[in-house]
Amino acid sequence: MSLIYNEEQRMLLDTAQEFFAERSPVSALRAMRDRGDELGFEPDLWQEMTELGWTAIPFPESLGGLEFGYAGMGAVFESAGRHLSASPLLSSIVLCGSVLELGGSEAQQERWLGELISGSKRLALAVDEGPRHNPEQIALSASRNDSGFELNGDKVMVVDGLGADGWIVAARTGDAADAISLFIVPAGAEGVTVTRQNLIDSRNTARLAFNQVQVAPDALIGELDRGTEVLNRALDRGRACIAAELQGACESLFQTTLDYLRTRVQFDVPIGSFQALQHRAAWMHVDLELARSTLMAALEALDAGDAQASQLVSLAKWKVGQMADKVSGEAVQMHGGIGVTDELDVGLYFKRIRVLQALLGDADYHLNRAAPLLEVA
Amino acid sequence: MNAIDTFRAETRAWLEANCPESLRGAAASGDLVWGGSQVEFGSEDQRLWFERMRDKNWFCPDWPEAYGGGGLTPEQDAVLQQELKRLKCRPPQINLGIWMLGPVLLEFGTEEQKKRLLTPMTRGEVRWCQGFSEPNAGSDLANIRTSAVDAGDHFVVNGSKIWTSYGDKSDWMYCLVRTDNSSTKKQEGISLVVLDMHAEGVEARPIDLISGKSTFCEVFFDNVKVPKDNLIGPLNGGWTLAKRLLQHERSAMSKFGEFSLPTHFDLMSLLGDYLPQTESASPSDIALRARARAAALDEHAYNLTVQRMGQQARAGQDVSGIAAIMKLVHSEQEKQKFELLVDAMGYRALGWDGEEFSEKEQAISKAWLLSYTQTIAGGSSEVQLNVIAKRVLDLPDAPKGGAK
Repeated sequence: MSLIYNEEQRMLLDTAQEFFAERSPVSALRAMRDRGDELGFEPDLWQEMTELGWTAIPFPESLGGLEFGYAGMGAVFESAGRHLSASPLLSSIVLCGSVLELGGSEAQQERWLGELISGSKRLALAVDEGPRHNPEQIALSASRNDSGFELNGDKVMVVDGLGADGWIVAARTGDAADAISLFIVPAGAEGVTVTRQNLIDSRNTARLAFNQVQVAPDALIGELDRGTEVLNRALDRGRACIAAELQGACESLFQTTLDYLRTRVQFDVPIGSFQALQHRAAWMHVDLELARSTLMAALEALDAGDAQASQLVSLAKWKVGQMADKVSGEAVQMHGGIGVTDELDVGLYFKRIRVLQALLGDADYHLNRAAPLLEVA
Repeated sequence: MNAIDTFRAETRAWLEANCPESLRGAAASGDLVWGGSQVEFGSEDQRLWFERMRDKNWFCPDWPEAYGGGGLTPEQDAVLQQELKRLKCRPPQINLGIWMLGPVLLEFGTEEQKKRLLTPMTRGEVRWCQGFSEPNAGSDLANIRTSAVDAGDHFVVNGSKIWTSYGDKSDWMYCLVRTDNSSTKKQEGISLVVLDMHAEGVEARPIDLISGKSTFCEVFFDNVKVPKDNLIGPLNGGWTLAKRLLQHERSAMSKFGEFSLPTHFDLMSLLGDYLPQTESASPSDIALRARARAAALDEHAYNLTVQRMGQQARAGQDVSGIAAIMKLVHSEQEKQKFELLVDAMGYRALGWDGEEFSEKEQAISKAWLLSYTQTIAGGSSEVQLNVIAKRVLDLPDAPKGGAK
C-alpha cells in the first residue's frame, strides 16, 4: 500500500497549492463572509478549477474523466484546506458525481456528468436529517404513485444546497432498515423550500423541506430500495476528501502557531521557549504525522478498491478529526487573547475545522465504523 | 545470472540447509542466546545455529575479514538480511558489542584495538554491557561523575553505573567516564573506555523493579585499573562517540524487538478475550469498549506511520520529523494498552503470586508494571518531546537550565 504521493500527484499538489494561495487566499473567504455572500464560493474560481481539469480527476475516461484517482483529489483538497478556499468540489463532483458514476443510468450520466465536470451545472447531496450524521436512520419518505414518486420530509446540512441546479436526495422507500433510494430532484420542483443555514464557517449550507414533491420515475437513481451501497461509497469518497481538507487546514494552522510561538515575547523571552508549550506543540506534531498516515491509507484504499476501504476511510476521518479538534483548540489557546479575536485568521481556521469535523460523521461516529478493521470489535 | 543473484541463491540454499527449523520465528524472551564467555544454549539446535553462523563469519557479516567479519559488500549484506528475514531466522546470538560498540570501534578505534576487541566479538566469545547512565545522570547523561584518573600507564576508575542490562552476566563494558573536571561545559571532559567486568573492584548487583526481578544492574567501581590502551577515541572526546553509540542503539533495539520483547503480548487480542460480551455490557463496559477501539485504531495509525516512514525514506525524502515521534508514540501506546488490559481484567490483573492467579494473569500484571520502564528508558517521553520541539519544530531554547 503506497502511503506517499507519487511524482504526478506531487506535481498536482504543488500546482494546487500555488493556485489557491494566489487565487483564493484566506482573505478571500473573509471578504466573502463580510459582504454576506449567499453562495459561499466564487463562481469565477470554480470555473478556473474546472478549466484546470480538477473536476474531471476522479472519473473514468469513459465518462469524460481523467482517471487520476482519489489520491489526486486528496492533493487538491488538502491544498484548498491550507487556504480555506471554498468551492463546490465536494458537493457536486465528489458526492453527487460519485452517485451518478456508481449508480446512475446511462441517460442520467449523459444528462448530468458532463455538465457537472464542466461546471455549467452543479448538484448537492441531501442526506442528513438530525443534528449528527446518521445515514442509517433516514426518515424522509418517497412513495410510489402513478406519475413517479412523492417526497416528504426535511434535510439539513446540505452542503452547497443553495443555488444548486438540483439535489440528490436519499429517501426511505420501504420498511427494511436499508430500504433507501436515491432521487434527483431538479431545482424549482414544486414543494421544495430551501433555507440557508448560516454556520460558523460562512459556507453554503442549506435546509431543504420537501412537501409533497412529485418527481418522475426516471428521477430514481439505480434500483428502488437499493441505494445504500452507492450512497455509502459516495459518502466514503466525500469523507476521505474532507479528511484531506482537514489535514491541509491543520498543517497550515500548526505552522502559523509555531511562528507565533517563535516570535511572541513575554517575560522577555519567546513563549516558544517554555517547555509547557513546547511539549504540547510536540504532541500536535505527533498527531499530525499519525493522522497523515491514515489519510494516505484511505486515499490509496479508495483508488485500489481495497475490501477494507470503508473502514480505512473511517480510520482516517476518526484520526484526522480527533487531531483536528486538538490542533485547532491548541492553536487558539496558544495564541492567547488575540487567538479569540476575529482579527486573526486563526479563528477562521478553527471554525472551518469544526464544521469539517462534524461533516459526514464526527470522530465518535467513525470510531465505531472503523471497528471491523480491528480484532477487538 | 549476475553475481548478486548467485550470492542470493547460495545464501538462500545455505540458510535453508543450516538454520534449524526450530529457530525460525519469534522466540520467548528467555529463549534467545547471548554470546559471551558463559554462553548458554537452551537446545542443541541453538548451539548448532550459533556455531554454524560463527564459522561462516556471519555474526558480523559486513565487517572486514581482517577482524573476523564476513567481508560482505553492503549489497551482499542487504541480501543476507533479506534472506534471514524471509526464513524468519532468529539471530544466532544477541550481542550489544556487535550492534553498538562494534560500529564505533570500526570508525574510531586504533588498529590494535580493532584486532583485540572486534575479533572476539565476531567469534561470540565476549558479552558486552553498556555503562552510560548513573544515579545522577539519567536524562541528563552529560552529568556523569564516574571518574577515571590518570595513573601513568592506566586509569583508576571510581564511581557507579545504573540500569546496566545484564551487568552481572557480561564480560566487558563500554563505559563513559569523566577524565577532566576543569571544563565548565559538562559535555567536555568525558571519555569512552572499555573495561573488564571481571577486574578487581568491579561489582554488579541486580536491581529489583516494581515488577520484581529484573535484568538491570547497578555496577560499582572501586579503584578499578583500566589500561590506557582501553581508551576509545580521543581523551575527553567521549561525548561525540556516545552520541554515535546511541544512534546505533535504535537499530540494535529494533533487531532485538523483531524477535522478542520482554513485554510483548498481543495486547489487542488479549483485550478481546477479556472485554465483556455485548449482550451483557453495562455502561462501564461500553465506555471501556470505546476506549479499546480508540487504542486499537491508534495502534493501526502507528503501524501505517512506520510503513509511510519506510516508503518516504526509500523515495529519498527527509524522514527526520517522523523518525522523531516513533519511540515516543510506540512506548506511550504500549503503556496505554496495558492500562486498558488491566482495566478490562479488573482484579485478575492485580495478582502478584500464588495459586489464586493463573501464570498468564501473573505474567500480564508483571508486564504491565514493567511497561512503565518503556517511557523512561532509552530517552524518556519528556526528552523525546524536547527533541521534537527543538530539532523538528525549531522552537527556541529555554533561557537557562532546562533539558536540551
